[in-house]
Amino acid sequence: MTKDIKTILLAHGSGGSHSRRLVEDVFAKAFTNPLLAPLNDQAVFASPSGRLAFTTDSYVVKPIFFPGGDIGKLAVCGTINDLAVGGAEPLYLSASFIIEEGLPMDELERVVASMAKTALDAGVMIVTGDTKVVERGKGDKLFINTAGIGRISGSLDLAPSGIKPGDSVIVSGTMGDHGIAILTHREGIRMETPVESDCAPLHTLAKAVLEAAPSGVRAMRDPTRGGLATVLNEFAASSGRSISVREDDIPVKEAVRGACEILGFDPLYLANEGKLVAVVSKESTDAALDAMRSHRYGRDAAVIGTVEEGPKARVLIETSIGNRRILDMLSGEQLPRIC
Amino acid sequence: MKYVDEFRKREEAQGLLRKIREISRREVSIMEICGTHTHSISKYGVREALPPNIRLISGPGCPVCVTSAADVNRLLDFSRSRRDVVIATFGDMMKVPGSSSSLQEEKARGGDIRVVYSPLGALDIAREDTGREVVLFAVGFETTVPTVAATMLAAREEGLKNFSVLSLHKLTPPAMRALMDTGEIDIDGFICPGHVTAIIGAGAYGFLATEYGSPCVVAGFEPIDAIMGIYMLVRQLEEGRKDIEIEYDRVVTWDGNLKAQEVMRSVFEPADSLWRGIGNIPGSGLRIRDEFADMDAEKRFSIPPGEDAEPRGCKCGSVLKGLITPDACPLFAKACTPEFPIGPCMVSSEGTCAAFFKYRRAA
Repeated sequence: MTKDIKTILLAHGSGGSHSRRLVEDVFAKAFTNPLLAPLNDQAVFASPSGRLAFTTDSYVVKPIFFPGGDIGKLAVCGTINDLAVGGAEPLYLSASFIIEEGLPMDELERVVASMAKTALDAGVMIVTGDTKVVERGKGDKLFINTAGIGRISGSLDLAPSGIKPGDSVIVSGTMGDHGIAILTHREGIRMETPVESDCAPLHTLAKAVLEAAPSGVRAMRDPTRGGLATVLNEFAASSGRSISVREDDIPVKEAVRGACEILGFDPLYLANEGKLVAVVSKESTDAALDAMRSHRYGRDAAVIGTVEEGPKARVLIETSIGNRRILDMLSGEQLPRIC
Repeated sequence: MKYVDEFRKREEAQGLLRKIREISRREVSIMEICGTHTHSISKYGVREALPPNIRLISGPGCPVCVTSAADVNRLLDFSRSRRDVVIATFGDMMKVPGSSSSLQEEKARGGDIRVVYSPLGALDIAREDTGREVVLFAVGFETTVPTVAATMLAAREEGLKNFSVLSLHKLTPPAMRALMDTGEIDIDGFICPGHVTAIIGAGAYGFLATEYGSPCVVAGFEPIDAIMGIYMLVRQLEEGRKDIEIEYDRVVTWDGNLKAQEVMRSVFEPADSLWRGIGNIPGSGLRIRDEFADMDAEKRFSIPPGEDAEPRGCKCGSVLKGLITPDACPLFAKACTPEFPIGPCMVSSEGTCAAFFKYRRAA
């Protein structure tokens, strides 16, 4: 039985009996649902009404367990969020695992249990999947790919091209928590107040905002890699408008600010895994903000800026001391400073 | 955040800027030596808020930028020739282009090159895998040197045999002297680096006032520190004084950190060093003392010097000497961007070109 084998072997990816046992004992057991149960090569389900949204993403985080989450939770939340920011209700997910030979079986089981719990809590089903095992040294413990299908009801059309002058920019909470949680944990940097990843499924938060401001939401994004600055620049580029934000209004946890000071990072470029950035019409701003603040994942929501006419599609930030400068996209990766 | 928030207060910053505008009459050129100052001044939009008669010039204050092309090529040659060695380096060094590649590219081609956050990170790697040689590519000014020295002392005490350092360290005051001696640039005064001075002490700049008639203010890195530093310097220049003043007095003293200096001296001794854009400056580098020869990667691996070839068309040398602003380089924001940097000033987050690109381009 799989339970007797303590680590992942190449045989678990062979397609033979070890593979079968791995799928049955670990994946099917954890993700149990009627669409997955037949263990066919595909999941068969009736077409949901309305338009469909379809997305995919791969997760390669190191370490695979971190404060506030793990690679499995991240893989489920990330794909849910990619659907949610388009206004879709997430329904079905696929999950593909690329596992490095030698991964302890209990670590895989912990990740899978976390995925199952996250999916269950979010009301989505993991209905199909795949497993590959690569030789030791050819992977980094575990990579997960998830794809997701969601339903968009009505005629909702969220697109940054619809952003207009006078619109407000709202963030659902503090920036940079995930980036700092991973970094400090990976590098063994001890913090007085440890930062947890914000990793969370955002579809109910997105839904609450859309319900509170049915025609006022122009665009939503989850500011993952590249952080808030990158999302704002994408909004500016897609709409041809300028976006102006105020540094003092952007929520950042004290501990995240502290870690950024030490490492020479800017929280506006750090990854988040449980935050929304929404552009909403001026009239809908209060309603959208209230809806966010009433939701468990949006308590620290804040209006951080406004959309301007132009003349150029760029993002400007009013610094904490009252001067204005450009807030550019992240290019390359943020690296710690030398002195 | 204590010691941070009180130096980012809007009213105070704007009040200081107003005071600068009130007292400033003369055309003055002020050089900020340190890359962190350049970054902070750009990030908070300080330059744009100053009156037009105050010109801020960015100096050679980023350790990555001033590492010579010869040394970058040397690192790359070493990495290619010794794939069995673990190379530990600070982040920004990864991206600096040499004549044929960068450490980032060598890593992708199979070099075991790892980014460390402090010299102790390199020591940890050596401890974990005592069967492999670990070489720390140590760049940095006086701020970084004591921690590298302390790391080497720790390695010796532990009896670690697989850890060594390639010292590419640089010293600040000799570079400032060399810059003044070129006679190419007209500098009325200096904003001196807070962290470096915390180690060496403000007294180290005395020669600038006495021999070159340039006043100095040692400033911290928060925006109000930088603005206050500029205000103090402008006040000196308007009053015709040539003093060494300390704005960053919560950290900096006249004599510096004597313990750190002692640690530094016990492991390193001054040597000539090649600076990008400036050339060889006598006594401006640090070599490892003979007593620590076993930890000197240069000797241990007989690392030969690299080819000193600047990237074609790159004006980083002139930017580092404060002769031109980044946008005067024909490659700036065209062929040379943070994504595809040609010169080191665009690579490092402390680099003048990177700060100019990120915060001021088309502002």
